[in-house]
Formats: sequence, C-alpha cells, structure tokens
Amino acid sequence: MPSFYHETHTLFGHLRNPVLQWIFSIDHKRIGLMYMAVMFTLFFMAVGAALTMRAELFAPGAQFLEPQTYNELFTFHGVTMIFLFIVPGIPATLGNFMLPLMLGARDVSFPRLNLLSWWLYILGVILGLSSLVTGQGFADTGWTFYAPYSIRTDAHVLSTLTAAFILGLSSILTGLNFVVTIHRLRAPGMNFFKMPLFIWGLYATAWIQVLATPVVGITLLLVILERTLGVGIFDPTKGGDPVLFEHLFWIYSHPAVYLMILPGFGIVSEVLPAFTRRTIFGYHAIAISSASIAGIGYLVWGHHMFTSGMSDLARIIFSFLTFLVAVPTGVKIFDWVATMYKGSIILSTPMLWILGSIINFTVGGLTGLTLGAIGPDIHLHDTYYVVAHFHYTILGGVIFMFIGGLHYWYPKITGKLYDEGLGRIAFGLAFVGFNTLWFPMFLAGFLGNPRRYFDYLPDFTVYHQISGIGALLIASGLVMIVYTFYRGLRSGREAGPNPWNATTLEWHIPSPPPLENFAKIPYVDFEPYEYDAGEPLVQFDENFRRIR
Amino acid sequence: MQQEMAYDAQGQPHPVADFHDDYGGAKLGFWVFLMTEAMMFGTLFLLFAIYFYRHTESYVASSGHLDVWLGGTNTVILLVSTYTMGLGTMMLRRGRVRAAVLLVGATTLMALIFLGIKAVEWNMEISRGIYPGSGVLDALDRGEILFFGLYFVMTGLHGLHVIAGVALMSWVLLLIRSGGIRPEHTIAMKNVTLYWDFVHLVWIVLFPLFYMIGV
Ligand code: HEM
Ligand SMILES: [Cu+2]
Repeated sequence: MPSFYHETHTLFGHLRNPVLQWIFSIDHKRIGLMYMAVMFTLFFMAVGAALTMRAELFAPGAQFLEPQTYNELFTFHGVTMIFLFIVPGIPATLGNFMLPLMLGARDVSFPRLNLLSWWLYILGVILGLSSLVTGQGFADTGWTFYAPYSIRTDAHVLSTLTAAFILGLSSILTGLNFVVTIHRLRAPGMNFFKMPLFIWGLYATAWIQVLATPVVGITLLLVILERTLGVGIFDPTKGGDPVLFEHLFWIYSHPAVYLMILPGFGIVSEVLPAFTRRTIFGYHAIAISSASIAGIGYLVWGHHMFTSGMSDLARIIFSFLTFLVAVPTGVKIFDWVATMYKGSIILSTPMLWILGSIINFTVGGLTGLTLGAIGPDIHLHDTYYVVAHFHYTILGGVIFMFIGGLHYWYPKITGKLYDEGLGRIAFGLAFVGFNTLWFPMFLAGFLGNPRRYFDYLPDFTVYHQISGIGALLIASGLVMIVYTFYRGLRSGREAGPNPWNATTLEWHIPSPPPLENFAKIPYVDFEPYEYDAGEPLVQFDENFRRIR
Repeated sequence: MQQEMAYDAQGQPHPVADFHDDYGGAKLGFWVFLMTEAMMFGTLFLLFAIYFYRHTESYVASSGHLDVWLGGTNTVILLVSTYTMGLGTMMLRRGRVRAAVLLVGATTLMALIFLGIKAVEWNMEISRGIYPGSGVLDALDRGEILFFGLYFVMTGLHGLHVIAGVALMSWVLLLIRSGGIRPEHTIAMKNVTLYWDFVHLVWIVLFPLFYMIGV
C-alpha cells in the first residue's frame, strides 16, 4: 500500500510539483512534518543564540558582545523558544501527526483550517525574524514585552509583537481543530475514557489554547496600538497602568506553561506502558489531572507578580493556589512511578528520555514550589534561580519528553528504525550536559546573581564556567540526535507496523501510514493499554475485525 | 454515499463519523471560535471596568460628549438586523430562497448604514481634535484619555467585526446563488447568523457602557 509520502490531497486537487504537494497538502501527517522541519530549524537557531550567550558569560567582564546585543540575544532566544518552538511545539508536530491516528480518524475535522494554521505560523515566523535583517536590531524587551519599556524602546518590537499576535491566531485555530476532532471523530465505541492519554493531554491543551490565547492576543494588540497611535492603556504618562499589562500577560502566559507541559505528560503516559509492557496505573486519575491542571492553571498567574505591587491578601491567595497545582501534577508522577514499580522496564532510548525527563521535571517542579512561596520568591525573583527553574521544567522536562516522543514514534513516521546505541549515547550526553548546565545556576541565583545581565561579579565565575561546559555537552547531544535520525533514514532497518509491541491504534496500521490512515475504521471497545504476558491483548485482522 | 460501518467483536455494525460535511462539527467549531472572541472582548471590558472604577468622574464627563442619539439609532439598526438575518435563515430552511436572499441583502444594507453612522460619529470626535495621541486629548485628564482610548479601540474593533460581517453576508449571498447553501444544507448560513448575533450582542454591551453613563 503506498504511504502518505507517495500520494496526498492538496488544497488544489492533484499537483505535480513535489514542493507544492507539500506546502499545499491538507493531510494532517504532512502538515505535522512541515511544522517539525521549520520548528527544529528555529530551535537550533535559538540554541545557537544561547551558546553565544554562554560563551559571553564564560568569564566576568565584557568578552565580545555589546550589552545591547546581549539584550537582543536573550530576547531572540526567549521569543523563539517560547512562541515559535515550544508553545506550538508538540501539538502542532506530533499532535497533528498522531491525533487522528490514535483516534481512529482519517484526518482532523477541518483539514484546510489546519493548513491555514501552518501558513499563519510561517507568516509569524517570517515577521518575527524579519527584524533580524531589517537593520534596527531585534527586540530587546525580553520575551515578556513588559510595558512601558516595550512602548518606549527604539528597538524593533513592532514586528515581533505582530508576529506573536499572528502566532497566537495560528495556535487558536489548531486548538479549535483539535477540540472538534476529539469530540466528533473518535472511532465508534471509543468513549472519552477509552482515549489514549496523549489525546487527553492534547485535549486539555487545546482548551487552554482556545481560552487563554485571545487574552494575550488583545493585550499585545493594545501595545501595538500604543506604539503606533499613542493609545494610552498601559502607558503611565497617560494614566494607563503597566501592572495591568503584567496581569493580562500572565493570565495567558501561566496557562501557557501548561500548554507546553500537558502534551509532554501525554507522551510520558504513552511511552511508559509500551516499555514496561503493562497497563498504566491510574488511567482515570491521569486523565482527570490533565483537565484539572488546565483548570487550576488559570488561577495562579499572580505568582509572577509578587514583587510588582499587589496586596498581601492577593499574594497569599495566589501563593496558595500555586501550591494547589502541585497536587494533580504529583498525582501523575506517582501514577507513573507506580506503573514502573515491579515492571520489567525496557531501557531503550525513548524510555531513557522519559525517565530523564521525569527526574528533571521533578527538580524543576519542586524548585517551582519555593518560588510559589512568597518569602523565598522575594529573595529569588529575577535571579538565575528562576532561569534554572524554568529551564529544568521546559528543557529538562518538556523537551526531553518531546525528544522521547520523537524517538518513540520515529518508526511510525519514517518506517525505519534508528540505531539504539547512538540514541543512548546522545541521551547520556544530553542528560549529563543538561544537569551540568543548569544545576550550578540554582546556586548562582540563590547567592544573588541576577538574570538578564551580560556580566556578573567575579564571585560567580566558577558556576558560569561549569555551566558553559554543560552547554557544550548538551548541544553535542542534540546534534547527535539529528545525526542518529539521519542515519536511521539512510540505512535503518524496516520497522514494521509495531516494533515496540505497543497497544494504541496507530500501531495497528502500516508504517509509514497510508494516505487516509485507515482502510477500515476499527471498533474500539477496549482500554488503550492492555497487555497479556507482554503482548498487546487486542489484535485485529487486516479488515480491522477483532481477532483477539 | 453509503454510511460506513465499523463492526464490533459480535459483528454488530456501528456508524463511522466522517469529517466531510460534518454538520455538528462545523457548528461546534464555530461555537468554540465565538468563545475566543468572547475572551478577547471580555478582556477589553475588564480593562474598561477597572479604569471606570478608578476614574469614575472623568468617565462620566467624557461619556457626556458622545452623541446618544446616533449611538441609539445604531443600536436599533443592529437589533433589527439580527432579526432579519435570523428570519433569513428560517426562510431558507423552509425553502423560500428568494425571501432569504432579500432578508440577507437587507441585513447587509443595515450593516453598511451602521458603519456610515459610526464614521460620522468618529469624524465628530476627530474634528474636535479628540483621537488617540492627539495633543488635545493628551492635555485632558487621565480618565478622559483612557475613556477615549478605549472608546476608539473597542468601537474600532467592533467596527472591524461589522466589516467582516458585511463580507461574510456577501459571501452567503454568493453561496446561495451558486448552490453552496441550499434549504437542506444551511450550516454556513447558520454560522454567519450566529456570528452576526455575537456582533450585535457585543454592541448591546458597548452602547450603555460608552454612551449611557453620562446621561
Ligand atoms: C541548549 C539549551 C539552552 C541554553 C544553553 C540556554 C541558555 C539560556 C541563557 C544563557 C539565558 C539567558 C539568561 C539571562 O541572561 O537571563 C536563557 C534565557 C531563556 N531561555 Fe534558554 N537555554 C536553552 C534552552 C532553552 C529552551 C529549550 C527554552 C524554552 C523552550 C528556553 C527558554 C528561555 C527563556 C524563555 C529565557 C528568558 C529570556 C528572557 O529573559 O526574556 N531556553 N537561556
Ligand atoms: Cu506561572
């Protein structure tokens, strides 16, 4: 059967040209891969910017960067990593590819809208990057665009703001598409509690995309209007209140943190059963906790503003609510541990990344609690402690999960197997490198090293140098992954439909999948993760009739 | 086309949902889209409320400058226009295509009149030197700057939605002509009607906020 690489639907019927066949394809799998190609290019650009920063920070004093250049660099790094990479990240790439496969659907509900989201994303990328080459330099506000500085600075924030706005629109459309797809296109028999947990993660994420993104969208639009027309909503000289900007910004951006992490949690819940060959422990608890994290996540934004002027009562409430989020998150982590307990764990590459991510994320989460408590936060606010905390959750947590997912679904997407040995070495490099990179920054921040400075006191030199070495290690690990995947494509063995003995629907169809995924749609009246002596319990014949 | 079936272990058939022409999906999708719109306008209303609380007096004073009669006329126009639009969908469903076309046409016309009146109003403010960033406005007190800032942003954004409405209704008319909307296939029309309802609802809230507090 020809795979989706060989034939496709496009917006304009049958196109001959292979490039046009890709960029106008309305097949969710191709769109997912296009996102992947662009996003990882951007990711490596942002890693490049980070390495440049780390090089500048290798010794105290100015090395080779102007302070202003450093400001632009961390803004570029932050904006790219957050708005262009990790927020759209997992849903747009693996989500787009896997959601219909795992649901037993032939595509998402609105394939054309899906393509439109991709085009909007590309437009956002072009606008965002344009200021790199149009002369006046990149924005220098940090990725948070705090007013009134973002209204006053001469740097090129206008195009960056517009880009963020358009990217928001793209993200809303993806979320909308996923919500409708999940409600409408589940295979017959598959009720909500028979859906794989990755879909639960995407579902909770999609609601955050839909309900939170418009808030930041209009807020950024107001800043755009302030810069161009002089409307004074956040400008204190005109009576506007910049603290309101912070409120509105974080009402979106805190839930956005969960928007990044929930799909990652979903990946963990897919990989663990496959490599322990057992049903996941506490399926319902994990599913419900995704939804409740999304819900509570709306109520905690104030913990970013303990130092920006807020009543004591408000601070206490926000602090309390912040601690509350730890509960459903803890539930998930305990369920994962319980799944592994006494299981025969198969330590292949995806599993290693997932285990690493659980460790890193736990560190990131616990240090997050110290920041959610008012007292420590006053001390640690805007120090490297914060920077270390969020890199632990996002890079060490989410991105490790993402990479784990990429390894896990690599055979499904490409039809090939990658080299396990190379994969494990790359993981080792990245894991050791990551902890060498960020652990010292907890200490530096605790001792008072502020963030967003291109220089530091000589006392902090040793921490920054260890950190610099870590950065090189993790970067080489990342490059090695690319090499591993490339080699797998060139000379990997054929994967077959189900190399991991996994149970969810996507593993019952050929790898890579054919154009409309399922020749026949299966009837799903079974739990997503059922094993019988290490083998998937449920088996179908080629017509998708149950034979076991 | 024949309904596709999936068979369970007992051999019982179950209908398979398909993304082509999924009426329920299109409807759900549009509702979700309206939620995002509501969040966006909701944020602006929140800002309005906060600044109103802080600068009540200057808000009331500035509101007195707006023309209640023009604003009120526009409110009536929008109310009538949602009615005609809804009636249009009903007519179409009953197979009375010509009546539907006339009603949608009338709605479009009313939307254009709304925009015309809005333009007159904006023009009145602007000719008094009151617009965002103007010297006259920036010399007023802070509550008034905020009031007019929000006035132009919110009515402007609403106006953009009306313009989009005109475009959508013209598209509906085209679709009816080309057979894309038929009595037994009205989802696009229903969604546009829903959209127009939303646009009118936003105005129903905007109007008292901006025009009535000074009365
Ligand atoms: C190789 C990996 C990475 C390295 C070496 C790195 C390094 C850095 C450095 C040196 C800073 C500047 C700290 C300061 O001066 O305040 C920074 C800031 C930041 N990084 Fe990373 N980073 C990496 C990956 C990531 C990833 C994967 C993300 C998110 C997806 C991320 C998000 C951010 C954000 C949001 C900031 C703050 C920017 C701002 O202050 O506006 N980083 N990173
Ligand atoms: Cu937060």
